[in-house]
Amino acid sequence: MTVVSTAVLELEGIDVFYGRVQALRGVSLHVDQGEIVTLIGANGAGKTTTLRAISGLTPAAAGRVLLRGEEITRVPAETIVARGVGHAPEGRRIFSRMTVLENLDLGAFIRKDGARRQDMDRVFTLFPRLKERQRQVAGTLSGGEQQMLAIGRALMSRPKVLLLDEPSLGLAPILVETIFQVIREVNAEGTTVLLIEQNALKALSVAHRGYVLETGRIVKEGTARQLLDSPDVQKAYLGV
Amino acid sequence: MKFFVDQLVLGLTNGAIYALIALGYTLVYGIIELINFAHGDVFTVGGIIGLTLIGIFRLEHLSPALLVPAVILLFAATMTITGFLGVAIERLAYRPLRNAPRLAPLITAVGVSFVLEGILFMVKGANQISYPNLLPSGKIGGGAFEIGITNLIIIIIALVLMVGLHQFIQRTRIGRAMRATAQDRDAARLMGIDINRTIAITFFIGSALAAAGGIIFGFYYQSIVFDQGFEAGLFAFTAAVFGGIGNVIGASLGGFVIGLILTFVAGYWSGGLQWASVVVFSILILTLVFRPTGLLGMRVAER
Repeated sequence: MTVVSTAVLELEGIDVFYGRVQALRGVSLHVDQGEIVTLIGANGAGKTTTLRAISGLTPAAAGRVLLRGEEITRVPAETIVARGVGHAPEGRRIFSRMTVLENLDLGAFIRKDGARRQDMDRVFTLFPRLKERQRQVAGTLSGGEQQMLAIGRALMSRPKVLLLDEPSLGLAPILVETIFQVIREVNAEGTTVLLIEQNALKALSVAHRGYVLETGRIVKEGTARQLLDSPDVQKAYLGV
Repeated sequence: MKFFVDQLVLGLTNGAIYALIALGYTLVYGIIELINFAHGDVFTVGGIIGLTLIGIFRLEHLSPALLVPAVILLFAATMTITGFLGVAIERLAYRPLRNAPRLAPLITAVGVSFVLEGILFMVKGANQISYPNLLPSGKIGGGAFEIGITNLIIIIIALVLMVGLHQFIQRTRIGRAMRATAQDRDAARLMGIDINRTIAITFFIGSALAAAGGIIFGFYYQSIVFDQGFEAGLFAFTAAVFGGIGNVIGASLGGFVIGLILTFVAGYWSGGLQWASVVVFSILILTLVFRPTGLLGMRVAER
């Protein structure tokens, strides 16, 4: 075991099962302080499951999840956010019958300090569109706005690590740009990011490092540059 | 005219009771999509607990000056005890089946209903038990608009509880957690909401409101019987569906509507009382056929 590690988030040999189907096989990865790390892979490779294993929604059957050196593998999902993991899940999962403001408030549910207002202002600076629509019911927002809300909501807990599950899925190219710009900004302000994407080119263009996941296993890892230049990755994920 | 006003007041009084029960159905359905068939019997248990407390503290013989605080304390204590009964039922009977197929908790709920009725039967027997009315009797107003003070107080108590519940759900942190859990359990957990606790609180509130209905029923009809929750529960369930299951305002409204319909059917149609169930279940069927989301129900939001 390493004595000193700069890893904010570390996965060691994670196995996850859905019933008798094994979704992850010994997944190990680490995300260091200040990094954007991306996990790329095809549909069904286990990307979402990896994030769900981290945030406790689908606890790992074997292996360890470490957050700043502390094990959180079997910590219940509702207490993991308080430890510093913000998760913008697959399919956005915003509270569609509540307003934008209520959604953001729920993002800060665990926090009792008075800085909520300040954090909300920060989210509104990142996403001016949400400010315009703060009193609107979230279900009536466009897909892009819902994604902004999902990310904003996750930011409201002031996470040390932000888990983003396919933030660009189904969005118009211009909105994809906006979302990725925000990911860069959030990261520049000090939030570590683990990003899942099918849009591998886009993801590798913002990430520092990446992992390639195939049928539940990590098959390749490297810096974003290395992965972009790798013939295998180009062939399988970049459509070159 | 006088007859109409009397029927109207009676209908609203009955409606207040159905509405208080219906709120429990709708809250529980809203949060875990379970039709809690035991809920009608929780209503009876609440009434019995209230009666027991009245007996223990001899509230019948209290001086009128102390009556208001005594009645308030009676409601608070009964609602609290019954609330914990609801929490226990959820913990023991429903939580272990949280991830089982839908039918399993539903059948279990029917089973819990039989268990509660069985216990009530063993403890209190099969006969009607008399129940004192601690609320002032007498009438106010005049002419055709003379109405019973008991009726008025009952309707006010119900309205206060309904408005209180609505405000609680809309404005408090726990209320927000309840709404979030109802909409998306996984997402709620990601926000740091303890869904087990939130679901337990929901059962507490629903059962407490049913207990208030139970006391009110006892006060008004001055009798209580072990299996009254069966029919009252089904009528209140119909009210919840009619109002739009999962919707708190809908359940309140539905309760009053069902109460009014039942009373007017019985009042203006001699022999109508025998047809009460037929009328109510016709409403249930028509609602499910023509407007399954109920009066105020919303379409299921797409994710």
